Amino acid sequence: MIPEIGQFALVLAALLMIVQGTLPLVGASKGISAWMALSRRTAQGAFFFLSLALGCLIYSFIVNDFSVLNVANNSNTKLPVIYRIAASWGSHEGSILMWVFMLGMWSCAVSIFSKHLPEEMTARVLGVMGLVTTGLLFFMLLTSNPFDRIFPVPVEGRDLNPLLQDPGMILHPPMLYMGYVGFSVAFAFAIAALLGGRLDATWARWSRPWTTLAWCFLTVGILIGSWWAYYELGWGGWWFWDPVENASLMPWLVGTALIHSLAVTEKRGTFKVWTVLLAICTFSLSLLGTFLVRSGVLTSVHAFAVDPQRGMFILAFLALVIGGSLALFAFRAPKVGTAGTFKFVSRESALLANNVLLTVACGTVLLGTLYPLFLDALKLGKISVGPPYFEAVFVPLMAPLVFLMGIGAVARWKEATLPDLWARLRWAAVISLVAAVALPFILGRTSPTSVALLALGFAMAFWIITSALAGFFDRVKHVEGSFGEKLKRQPRSFWGMFTAHIGVAVFIIGVTAVKGFEAERDVRMMPGDSVSVGGYSFRFEGLEERRGPNYNATRGTFDLSKDGKSIRKLYPEKRIYFAHGMPMTEAAIDSGIFGDRYVSLGEPINDGQQSWSVRVYHKPFVTWIWGGCILMTLGGLLAITDRRYRVSARRDAAAPVLAPLEAVKLEKA
Amino acid sequence: MSDGQEITQGAEAAAVSPGGIKARHKRFLWIVFGLAFFAAIVALVLNAFGSSITYFYSPTEVVQDKVPHGRAFRVGGMVEGGSVVRDSNGLTVYFRVTDTAETVAVVYTGILPDLFAEEKGVVAQGKLDEYGVFQATQVLAKHDENYVAPEVQAALDEAHKNRAAQTLAQ
Repeated sequence: MIPEIGQFALVLAALLMIVQGTLPLVGASKGISAWMALSRRTAQGAFFFLSLALGCLIYSFIVNDFSVLNVANNSNTKLPVIYRIAASWGSHEGSILMWVFMLGMWSCAVSIFSKHLPEEMTARVLGVMGLVTTGLLFFMLLTSNPFDRIFPVPVEGRDLNPLLQDPGMILHPPMLYMGYVGFSVAFAFAIAALLGGRLDATWARWSRPWTTLAWCFLTVGILIGSWWAYYELGWGGWWFWDPVENASLMPWLVGTALIHSLAVTEKRGTFKVWTVLLAICTFSLSLLGTFLVRSGVLTSVHAFAVDPQRGMFILAFLALVIGGSLALFAFRAPKVGTAGTFKFVSRESALLANNVLLTVACGTVLLGTLYPLFLDALKLGKISVGPPYFEAVFVPLMAPLVFLMGIGAVARWKEATLPDLWARLRWAAVISLVAAVALPFILGRTSPTSVALLALGFAMAFWIITSALAGFFDRVKHVEGSFGEKLKRQPRSFWGMFTAHIGVAVFIIGVTAVKGFEAERDVRMMPGDSVSVGGYSFRFEGLEERRGPNYNATRGTFDLSKDGKSIRKLYPEKRIYFAHGMPMTEAAIDSGIFGDRYVSLGEPINDGQQSWSVRVYHKPFVTWIWGGCILMTLGGLLAITDRRYRVSARRDAAAPVLAPLEAVKLEKA
Repeated sequence: MSDGQEITQGAEAAAVSPGGIKARHKRFLWIVFGLAFFAAIVALVLNAFGSSITYFYSPTEVVQDKVPHGRAFRVGGMVEGGSVVRDSNGLTVYFRVTDTAETVAVVYTGILPDLFAEEKGVVAQGKLDEYGVFQATQVLAKHDENYVAPEVQAALDEAHKNRAAQTLAQ
């Protein structure tokens, strides 16, 4: 019964979305205000039904209703309840429902926080989101129904893939999807602007908080995914350039370009056409990413052949959304026209270069991810493009980006001069150069490649920090009052940028330190053996058997010590899950600000002495990688809460109140 | 695309400003800048591609010597039953990879992935040494016990097809 209610709720939501995708758009072009007003009601109604559907699916998982195919395939009586809930979005079908639910949530948020937008704008934005939701709902109902029944009903479910039975599964997909789906708002604003012909600074101010919020979610989603892979996969890496990871990185890169380009559009009224194009691309890449991952095409191009109906639907939908929006762009963009001029040396130029570099970086990732698929599809051979490709391309693109980050933040709009820039940034440049030369030697690296790498990393990190500080002192120079007052006078959007940029520096320090100083050893150990890595000593004390809810584990005890002083015990596990008989490695990590000590069990070696293969790592500053991402997210959130998004509406009737602060609260609730 | 758009923007801006010659200079500067950047990116990508693409071969292709020498590639198939032998000390493992038609001997030192097992699919990356032994630097097994890497499946299917064809010919 409950699954049928869920199914029915989906159908009702689809019907409402058909209305939302048509009448308000027509109403906006013909000026029928009753039709336009419909959009708010349908958005809120559809969100209700989508929540109901998701609730029904989660309920079916909690009670283990194995008559539902999706539940039978992904749950098990021994699976802990929290992972049954997480299993709701663990499968292809469930994740599409999650996606659509979040699309409904964003639409609903737009309908609530857009009271001060012009009526046609709201109608168009919600109409476009309605069209996208309709397409996805039909995709779900026709090809990937999460409520499909199975008969005869199996007695036991197949269990969730053990790899997914982790707290990461509870947070990572929802956060990532909030990000992906959130870009649909930016997309809808862009399409609405093209349809209505209103593309100005006010428009940029409307869509900016939404875009930044989506970007924050995506950043957190990627960060959790990276951290999860680090501790769960047992390989100690934090980024593998895996196609699935790349699928989330691409919208992030273009999304980052988009939030910078929106800044220019809002402040200077230029870059308009380019901003719209970026908004379209960001959402298109989000769609592409979801489908590439969820349809299984990335693991095999033949996944399309396995379920041709699903594949064709996806291709048609992508073609329609991307092709349609680009066609509209080509048709309408020239009419929007360009305004504003700027000189070769100016903040606009720096931000333009930032956009170009980020977009090109995204393009190279796209190429590396899709090229093997194309070759395989055309039967030209099977290849894999490994991390060396991405690293070789990425570093040369990111280095100038970081350099420009310092300049862009202090350069004047419209026209800056080189002597002026030099005057503002000379100390930053000197400090960064000194740090780049001195630090690798102080820290004791002698091989030329690692010195070069460390020098580059430290130069970039110090450049960001020092130039951000230079920019800060520049701003407060003319502010009267005490230092505390000077700090207070700065707008939140400035602090947002400052925090996010420092976040990038922290991230770079983390990456550099891990690359330059990590130590790894794979060894064979029997109880009583010790191994030392990075100045720490790991002593293997023994093994014990332990039983978990749905697995048996062999748990090792390791004593971690430094200079003969014991620090703590570490308990890595090797688990065998009942339902799949699948082994899983659970690493044990002693985490700290200055580095992680990491030990994971490989496999038993049958030599009669209880020997195991063991992997130990020392990863200096690895937590800074994720810490940097958290700072970037905080920066984004700070920027959203800037006064002008709240005050401007009260001041100017034509301008909106997006009340982004409330929007943030809503998302968190 | 971005370059293109901004070039026109810059050009328009310049065209309005007084001094036609200066405008042309400016546009020229943008174009040169854009082209140089584009060329640099293409060089970067091609260079990176050239050195980091790894080709995949089946054991049959390895035995037929269709593989590159002195360059890393991937070989995949099933781990032959009973072929896994461990070194008496250290972490070196010897095993054979088969596509049911031919087999390749593989040596790997390190920790094998959780799902590595006899009679299961595996992909190894490394180089072939002068004795025809595959010196693996990386061994991959996928994260689902029912999942066979598509390359491995294709290699198995190919071998199966060839054998069927041979039987027919006889």
